[in-house]
Amino acid sequence: MATYSTSEMKNGLKVMIDGEPCNILENEHVKPGKGQAFNRVKVKFLRTGRVLEKTFKSGDSLEGADVVDCDMQYLYNDGEYWHFMEPESFEQHQADAKTVGDASQWLKEQDTCIVTLYNGAPLAVTPPNHVVLEVVETDPGLRGDTATGGTKPAKLSTGAVVKVPLFMNVGDVIKVDTRTGEYLGRAKE
Amino acid sequence: MADWQPTASLAMLQERARLLAAIRAFMSDRAVMEVDVPVLSTATVTDPHLESFVVTSPQAASGNYYLMTSPEFYLKRVLAAGSGPIYSLGPAFRAGDCGARHQPEFTMLEWYRPEWTIAQLMDEVAELVHGAIAGPVAQKTYRQAFLDHAGIDPHRADLAQLRALAQSRLSPAFDSDDRYTWLDLLFSHLVEPQLAGKVFVTEFPATQAALAQTASDTHGNAIAMRFELYINGIEIANGYQEEREPTVLVKRFAENLALRAANRQSQPPVDELFLAAMRAGMPACAGVALGVDRLLMVATGAPAIAAVVPFAFGQP
Repeated sequence: MATYSTSEMKNGLKVMIDGEPCNILENEHVKPGKGQAFNRVKVKFLRTGRVLEKTFKSGDSLEGADVVDCDMQYLYNDGEYWHFMEPESFEQHQADAKTVGDASQWLKEQDTCIVTLYNGAPLAVTPPNHVVLEVVETDPGLRGDTATGGTKPAKLSTGAVVKVPLFMNVGDVIKVDTRTGEYLGRAKE
Repeated sequence: MADWQPTASLAMLQERARLLAAIRAFMSDRAVMEVDVPVLSTATVTDPHLESFVVTSPQAASGNYYLMTSPEFYLKRVLAAGSGPIYSLGPAFRAGDCGARHQPEFTMLEWYRPEWTIAQLMDEVAELVHGAIAGPVAQKTYRQAFLDHAGIDPHRADLAQLRALAQSRLSPAFDSDDRYTWLDLLFSHLVEPQLAGKVFVTEFPATQAALAQTASDTHGNAIAMRFELYINGIEIANGYQEEREPTVLVKRFAENLALRAANRQSQPPVDELFLAAMRAGMPACAGVALGVDRLLMVATGAPAIAAVVPFAFGQP
């Protein structure tokens, strides 16, 4: 893998820190007038999601991390592993619960999500920003109540629980923003 | 479409023009003469933490030129020629990263006051800056600033203490056996951000003297007769009681080059014409360099230097 000096550590660059793959979020140059220059770098550890600030001497270098984001189709969960497929090559990858993390509650079979590969193996899974899912459990809908703005919890087909308007019923299909868990509207499917 | 527009707004360019005119009026009122020295030179500074841009000439025999990191060497040759008080207002160049406070090309105001002490010069700096941004000016020594904001005496603390403090308060991704690397890290990360309003920091360690005279403080620590002006934690100006003794300067340049060699940095040629001028004799003087873009930045509350220069380098 290539090495990168502090001046090349731009937002989005993937590097190795303490033996772990990281994503660079910010890089600030700090230099006292007559003194040593430093780079204060904010990094996200991709495996744990932890965000840390690290200070480097300007000119120090870091090894790049073999990390790539791939669009993949989610196939199925066999009870232990989640299976994904690269649409071009049909190559399949399996990810465990730790790797899939919170994304599992949004994964619907056939949907395309982003699988982050580290040295060729899944490191993290990012669901699509918007997903269309069916309500499988909720209190009965209140007919005619479309204006009060009240909400109630609803369980979706993938297991996620979101707040929906009072008039929604089991079997309704809705659109949800996976980044916020917010109900966006009824979907026509 | 290509983004050809200036990076500063037209309103900011007007502010900038007013500041440049006010600086020239300030100097003219005090009979300080403007000298527009070159930015191109055959020699450059040896400072271990400054990198000059190297300019190649199509005439191979003429060798490399350097873009000046400050007008200092040229201005001191003018002083040695007997000019009296002088200033320069123009571009300076330093190779390095761009950032919120750094541009490789920036506008520097530098001026010299023969027969003055740095105390007198600090009063004049405060007066000039007051025209751009009002408010009282505080003053503290480097030692006191460290004691107040990092709880450690920078002259007495040993390597292990400095390293331990840095590791407990910051997240250095490196180790170092150099006390001064830790002092620079602690000063820039723990002390500078705490310097609220206008603060003159004085009595830097003698090892950070650059071209300033050295002395002892009241505690017997070797210090540089040097000051820095900070405004809201941003370094604005750096002044010296100027070292004039050629043997001292020759020794400092040699030490700088040895340090650069140890760090595998380039070996720039020493400015022999500057040294010749020092041997001929420069009057005792105090001098200061002030970052005009940064002054405009703090005076207008701009978030970054790119917003106050007509065309920021490295902007999309």
